[in-house]
Amino acid sequence: MAGRKRTLESFSFELVMTVIALIALVIIISPSLVVLIVSFTSGFSLRFPPPGYSLRWYAELWDAWQLHFAAKNSLIVALWATGLSVVLGVAAALAISRSPTLSARLLDSLFMSPLVLPALAFGLAALMLFSLVGLPVSPLTLVIGHTVVCVPYVVRNTVAALAQLEPTLLESSAVLGASRLYTFRRIVLPLIRPGIIAGAFIAFMSSFDNVPVSLFLRDAATDMLPIRMWQDLEGKLDVTIAALSGVLIIATVALVAVMERVTGLSRRLTN
Amino acid sequence: MGAAPASRDVTSYGMGLAAPLALFFLIFFVAPLLQLLWLSLHNDTAGLHWGLGQYLHFLTDPFSLSVLGSTLLLGAEVTAVCLALGFPIAWLYQRVGPKLQTIIILIVLLPLLTSVVVRTFAWIVILGRQGIINATLQSLGIIDTPLKLLYTQFGVVIALAQVQMPLMTLPLITALGRIDPNLDDASCSLGAGSWRTFFRIVLPLSLPGVIAGCTLTYAAAITAFITQSLIGGGQMLFMPMYLYQQASTLQNWPFASAISIIFLLAVLAVVSVFTTLGRLSRGYGGA
Repeated sequence: MAGRKRTLESFSFELVMTVIALIALVIIISPSLVVLIVSFTSGFSLRFPPPGYSLRWYAELWDAWQLHFAAKNSLIVALWATGLSVVLGVAAALAISRSPTLSARLLDSLFMSPLVLPALAFGLAALMLFSLVGLPVSPLTLVIGHTVVCVPYVVRNTVAALAQLEPTLLESSAVLGASRLYTFRRIVLPLIRPGIIAGAFIAFMSSFDNVPVSLFLRDAATDMLPIRMWQDLEGKLDVTIAALSGVLIIATVALVAVMERVTGLSRRLTN
Repeated sequence: MGAAPASRDVTSYGMGLAAPLALFFLIFFVAPLLQLLWLSLHNDTAGLHWGLGQYLHFLTDPFSLSVLGSTLLLGAEVTAVCLALGFPIAWLYQRVGPKLQTIIILIVLLPLLTSVVVRTFAWIVILGRQGIINATLQSLGIIDTPLKLLYTQFGVVIALAQVQMPLMTLPLITALGRIDPNLDDASCSLGAGSWRTFFRIVLPLSLPGVIAGCTLTYAAAITAFITQSLIGGGQMLFMPMYLYQQASTLQNWPFASAISIIFLLAVLAVVSVFTTLGRLSRGYGGA
C-alpha cells in the first residue's frame, strides 16, 4: 500500500471493491437483525417496521409446549450425537492425521464425504437399511444418523489441530521416559483441546439444526425443533416463530462469543 | 498397529484408532448407500425384479429432467452471486486492522452457525408481500402494487446466496492471506493499474480458494432443502424436494432411490470437476 500512486484508476478499484464488500456484509447480517426486530412486535403480523414493540410473543413462547417438547428432543439428540462424534472422531483423527499412507488418505475422504453428499439421500438410505434389519426409527436411529453427518466437523478440526503440533514435543516426552498414554494426556490432549472443542461445537450446532436426516429417521413421537418450525412456517406465518428465532439468534451469538474466547474459532476457520 | 518401527512410534498413532469410526461408517453410511443403489436397480417396490426401469423413467421423463436441470442451474447462479459478493469481503479483510478483521469474520461466521430455518424465515419477512423491500418501494412511491419476490427464482437465489455465503468467503480469506503482498506492490510499481493487478495477479493466485469455495457453495446450494422449499414455494421443485415427495408422500422407494443416486452422481461430478480444476490451478498458482 505504502508508496503506491493514488491514481484515479486505483481509487476506482478500491471504491468498487469496498462498496461491494460493504453491501455483501449488510446482506449477510440484515436477515438476523430483521428477525430480531420483528420478534419484538406488538402486532399480529410480520410487517416491518413493526407498529409497536412488546415482549408479548416471547411470553407466548413460554406457553408453547409443543415447541418446548421439540426443543428438548433436539437438544438430547444433539448432545448424544456430539458425544459420539467426539469419541469416534478424535480417535480417527489421531490415526489418520500424521499418516502419509494411502489408506489414511482414503479414510480421510470417507470421513469427510457426508459434508458434500446430499443429506436427504443419506437419510432415505439409512431409513431403508434400518427397516431392512428391523430396527424401528427412534431417538437411537436419530443419534446414529446425526453422528454420521456431524463427525466430519470433529475429524477436520482435530486433524487441523494435530497438524499444528510439534512432533519434537512428543519425541522429547518419550525420551524423558513418559509413556505414550501419559504423553497423550499431558501434552497432546491439552494442545489439541481447543480444536476438539471447536469441532464439537460446530457438530452440535449442525445436529441441532439438522432437518434432512431427522425427516427420515425420527418416529412420530419425536418432534424435532427445526422440523416443527419448518412445518409451522409452511402452514402460517406465526409471530411466535419470530420470537423463537430471536431466542435462537441470541443463543448462537452468545455461544459463538464464548467459543471465540475458548478456542479462537475465527482463526481456526480461516487457516 | 504396535509393530511400527520405534522411531515412528512416538509421533504417530496406529491406524487401529480409526477402526471404530471406519466400522461405524461402513455399517451406517456405506451400507445404506449400497442398499440405496441396490434398490434403485429394481423395477418393483419389493425389490424382486432387477432392471434399469427407474433410471429409464427418470431419464425419459421431461418433468424429472427439468427438475434436475433447474437444480443444477440454481447451484450455478447461487455460486456466481456468492463469488461476486464474497470476493470483495475477502479482499477487504486483508486491508483492515486486526479488530475489524475479527468483526468481519464474526459477521461472516454467524449465519453459518445460525439455524437454517431461522435464516430462511428472515428472508420470508424481507421478501414477502408486506416485507421490507415491498414496503420501502411502496412508501417511496416507486411501485403501486407489491412485487412478487417470494416464490420466485430471484428470491431463492438471493436467500440461498446469503445462507451459503460463509462457505465461499472463508476459503477465499484463507487463499488471499497466502498471497505475498509484495507481488501486489511489485505489479503496481511496474506500472500495472489496480484493476489489471487484480485480474492478472490476485485472482489467478487465489484460484485454489475460489475453487474450494465454489465446490462447497455449489454442493450446499443444490442440497439446501429448507431454503429451496420455503422460499421457492410449491411452484418450484428442486431435486431434494422431488426426492422427499417420492420417498415420503408417494412411498415410491425404488424411484426415490434412483433420484438419490442420480442426484449423488450429479453432486460428485461437479465436485470432481472442481477438484480437477483445483489441482490444475495449484500448479499454476505455485509457478
